[in-house]
Amino acid sequence: MKHGILMHESGDDVGVAVGDLKKGSKVGAVTLEGEAVGAVKLLHDVPLGHKVAMRALDKGQKVIKYGRPVGHAVAPIAKGAHVHTHNVKTSRWSV
Amino acid sequence: MMKPEKMKLTGYRRPNGGYGIRNHVIILPVDDISNAAAQGVASLIKGTMALPHAYGRLQFGQDLELTFRTLAGTGRNPNIAAAIVIGIEPKWTDRIVKEIAKTGKPVAGFSIERHGDLRTIEKASRKAMEFVQYATELQREPFPVKKLLMSTKCGESDTTTGLASCPTVGRVFERLSAAGATMIFGETSELTGGEDIVQSRCVNEKVLGEFNRMFKDYTNLISGQGVDLLGSQPTEGNIRGGLTTIEEKAMGNIQKIGRCKVQSALDPAVEPDGPGLHFMDSSSAAAEMVTLCGAAGSVVHYFPTGQGNVIGNPIVPVIKLSGNPLTLETMSEHIDVDVTGILRLEMTLDQAADAAMKTLESTINGRLTAAEALRHDEFVLTKLYRSA
Repeated sequence: MKHGILMHESGDDVGVAVGDLKKGSKVGAVTLEGEAVGAVKLLHDVPLGHKVAMRALDKGQKVIKYGRPVGHAVAPIAKGAHVHTHNVKTSRWSV
Repeated sequence: MMKPEKMKLTGYRRPNGGYGIRNHVIILPVDDISNAAAQGVASLIKGTMALPHAYGRLQFGQDLELTFRTLAGTGRNPNIAAAIVIGIEPKWTDRIVKEIAKTGKPVAGFSIERHGDLRTIEKASRKAMEFVQYATELQREPFPVKKLLMSTKCGESDTTTGLASCPTVGRVFERLSAAGATMIFGETSELTGGEDIVQSRCVNEKVLGEFNRMFKDYTNLISGQGVDLLGSQPTEGNIRGGLTTIEEKAMGNIQKIGRCKVQSALDPAVEPDGPGLHFMDSSSAAAEMVTLCGAAGSVVHYFPTGQGNVIGNPIVPVIKLSGNPLTLETMSEHIDVDVTGILRLEMTLDQAADAAMKTLESTINGRLTAAEALRHDEFVLTKLYRSA
């Protein structure tokens, strides 16, 4: 397995770690069809199944996965950062 | 690619023409206080199974109707050869007996008041013994895939379910739909963020209108509580597995329907009235949802899981699929279909669908699923609101 990140769509903002990934390592991303989508240097440890930012995102920006918005950034997110509940929130069910 | 029509399926033909893939004789309590008598019968007579549950008293309105429909539907399910119904009093007991009797299968009701548990258990046991001997004489016979009614719901999802196990079910459902089988999906609130996909699949305006009404009702219930659902939906398990928002979870969930059209939008525990994929308004809590599917006539269930939901059901065999390598490594005894190869790009979706269909075929023909072997018999009624 040469890739460390799997993506639903090549244009998505985030990819999924397919193993436990280490901070500082350079990791290759592919789509489910096997198309290479480049590589990112990780800014944090990212556990299996968690998401990695494939590009920098501004605070308030929609986060695209499956080619669609799945929430928005609540803090600026750097390329290679761990993306999860600390920096992305739902855009639905807002209290 | 495995074709559904090529699957060799065998089951028990019921008097109403349905096919069961299991041949249970159930002892069904109408209410919580009849659980003891039902369990008494099941402990005396080999080959019977009691289905204890927590409700059935002082319910009213839609909530009561759903309990009746769920209990009667469970007895009507083709996996049931015959049913004994036990309630505290005769009137509600008889209501459930009559609904089950419409299928033509053997059913008998007993009530406890004016007899007591012990005399009720004796009378019901004599009838249960007769039913077991009837059921054990029945033989499996071949049936066409068009006669298959099955369901799906995922649980303890993570990002791998959206990548691997849910799309696998979606691919199988596309094949089954084309072959004329009948399928059910649901999990109303868990479509939030992808509801437009389901809307775009509704076959006509009537189905779309019904789906929209059900979705809006559920969403209003949630927003009406005025609380942050993070931790409940997505669950703490979902979050641990990497899912961040309800929209992300919904997109994974919806992969299970593939490119299928939605033929109808059903109230909970209502049997579909034609082939293809049907939406059923339902909770996303695993045991509640699978119990409702069983009551709607589903005879087998596909359950994709990421983090490892261990759920089963007493009457519906639950087939677990997972694409999470950690789950396969740490709790493989719960997983029937391993699709981790998708994450390594060593398995295509069509290959994963073939593997899922092979397990479906062997499960239909009698092989116990992991959940059956591990005695996961979760039978859970959906409660719509508090009792009177």
